[in-house]
Amino acid sequence: MAAVTPPLLVTRNLSRFFGGLKAVDRVDFALPEGQVRAIIGPNGAGKTTFVSLVCGRILPSSGSILFDGREISHEPAHRRVRAGIAYTFQITSIFPNLTVFDNVALAAQRHLLDQKRVRPTEKTLQDACTKALDQVGLAQRASHRAGNLAYGHQRLVEIAMGLALRPRLLILDEPTQGLSDEEIEAFIRLVREIRREATILLIEHNMDVVMALAECITVMDQGRILAEGPPAAIRADAAVQQAYLGG
Amino acid sequence: MMAGAKSFWLHVAVVLVLFALNFLLPEYHRGVFSRAMVLAVFAMGYNLAFGYTGLLSLGHAMFFAAGLYGAGLPIYHLEWSAWPALGTALLAGAALALAVGFLALRTAGVAFMIVTLMFAQVFYLATLYFGAYTRGEEGLVLPQAARALPLLGWNLVLTDPPTRYMIALTLLASVLAITFLLVRSPYGRSLIAIRENEERMRMLGYNVFANKLGAVVVSGVICATAGAAYGLLFGYIGSGFASIQYSILPLLWVLLGGAATTLGPIIGTLFMFYAVDLASSYTSAYMLVVGLALILLILFFPKGIVGTIRERWLPWLP
Repeated sequence: MAAVTPPLLVTRNLSRFFGGLKAVDRVDFALPEGQVRAIIGPNGAGKTTFVSLVCGRILPSSGSILFDGREISHEPAHRRVRAGIAYTFQITSIFPNLTVFDNVALAAQRHLLDQKRVRPTEKTLQDACTKALDQVGLAQRASHRAGNLAYGHQRLVEIAMGLALRPRLLILDEPTQGLSDEEIEAFIRLVREIRREATILLIEHNMDVVMALAECITVMDQGRILAEGPPAAIRADAAVQQAYLGG
Repeated sequence: MMAGAKSFWLHVAVVLVLFALNFLLPEYHRGVFSRAMVLAVFAMGYNLAFGYTGLLSLGHAMFFAAGLYGAGLPIYHLEWSAWPALGTALLAGAALALAVGFLALRTAGVAFMIVTLMFAQVFYLATLYFGAYTRGEEGLVLPQAARALPLLGWNLVLTDPPTRYMIALTLLASVLAITFLLVRSPYGRSLIAIRENEERMRMLGYNVFANKLGAVVVSGVICATAGAAYGLLFGYIGSGFASIQYSILPLLWVLLGGAATTLGPIIGTLFMFYAVDLASSYTSAYMLVVGLALILLILFFPKGIVGTIRERWLPWLP
């Protein structure tokens, strides 16, 4: 028997109820390391709730979450981040009054502090920030006040903060929402670069982006996984068409 | 690091000016400055929680009073000398801040204001309830003999006005240096970021609760130090210092001087002292005049004196 690497992220029977609403309903999910996975589905399908359970912003009603083989369902969000799960917000959430550099530095500083081997210095902090800002193409704007940037650039600050955490799993929640076509092109190139370093879980409505990036697609509807498979298969799936495209 | 050097020298200059004033000020004003400097330390402690971390507490009188009683009671009842009494004051402040912070930080915003206010009321009422030891509002006058600090072979007599001024200044300079270093450190930066966007900080892997609790404890210890110094330097401890008035005052001083500025609390406290002093020399309705001055100031300097200077002219001020 060949040794199979266990998946980076596994959820078993994961549920979250809000009153009578089953936002996430007994979801079994597995994400192998190194994959780019897209989660699609109609509004209210439970996509954001699902990834919020994974990153710890909300706690599950039942079920379990394993990250790298370790049970994390009851760990607080900040510990999960330090274990390697980074989340970028659906609604841009940055520090508008700080400079772009300082925004990213807060993420880099956290990562450096956790690295016992290297003492965080001005130099290592500077390097880590410059690297993340270079990746998203914001190095030129490092000293700008983040709140003064255009919307598309603020989204990139958000992603740069995620990168500066050097995560093993990067969760991107509707990252291209509100971006121009040109910015979306650049974003696709960026994700292709990031995937060399991290596993990516992407919630996305723009099917062009999904088809360009995802190796595997999970379709959610009414809190459950409706279908899962490679992009071509999902595109052809009748049940998906029914739920997502309205028949 | 141009900005860092500039702000460093500005802080040194402020301390040097205050040092020179010890020799220049007439007796009366030297006394006012001594008192204001100790209370400015109280305001600086408050500023760390309120200004930098965004925790609007309405109960900081309890930390000031914890230091006041923590030092004063052992001196009065157990005939301790000043140094060990200072130690108990800091311990009392740290323990109280840890306990109150641990419970109150489960809430946020208005609820946090109410919870801290309630804890402070409990503390205030406790000082009245244990009147047998504290003599409540009437308070205790500390014995002259205990008000001395033996230091490196000298005996600093705390009732001597120039000595008193120098000790108040030393305390102020130390706490100013601590806050200056703290707010520019990675820890200080994370406190400011928590104030700006708590949820984002959580999702950057920061333990927000622990960071805030740390800020409350440091803030509480600084306020307790101010309380202990106040008791030792001016020789009187009473329940009045635990009352709601002493929770509102540091908020007022900090807002006046500029929240989340290192020098704001000093400017705010001195300004308020002299506003009251000046107004009361002309009219008995001096609080009316002071109130009016405060309204005008907030209208034209909405971010406080130093805060507005930073916003308009000197963006490098910490």
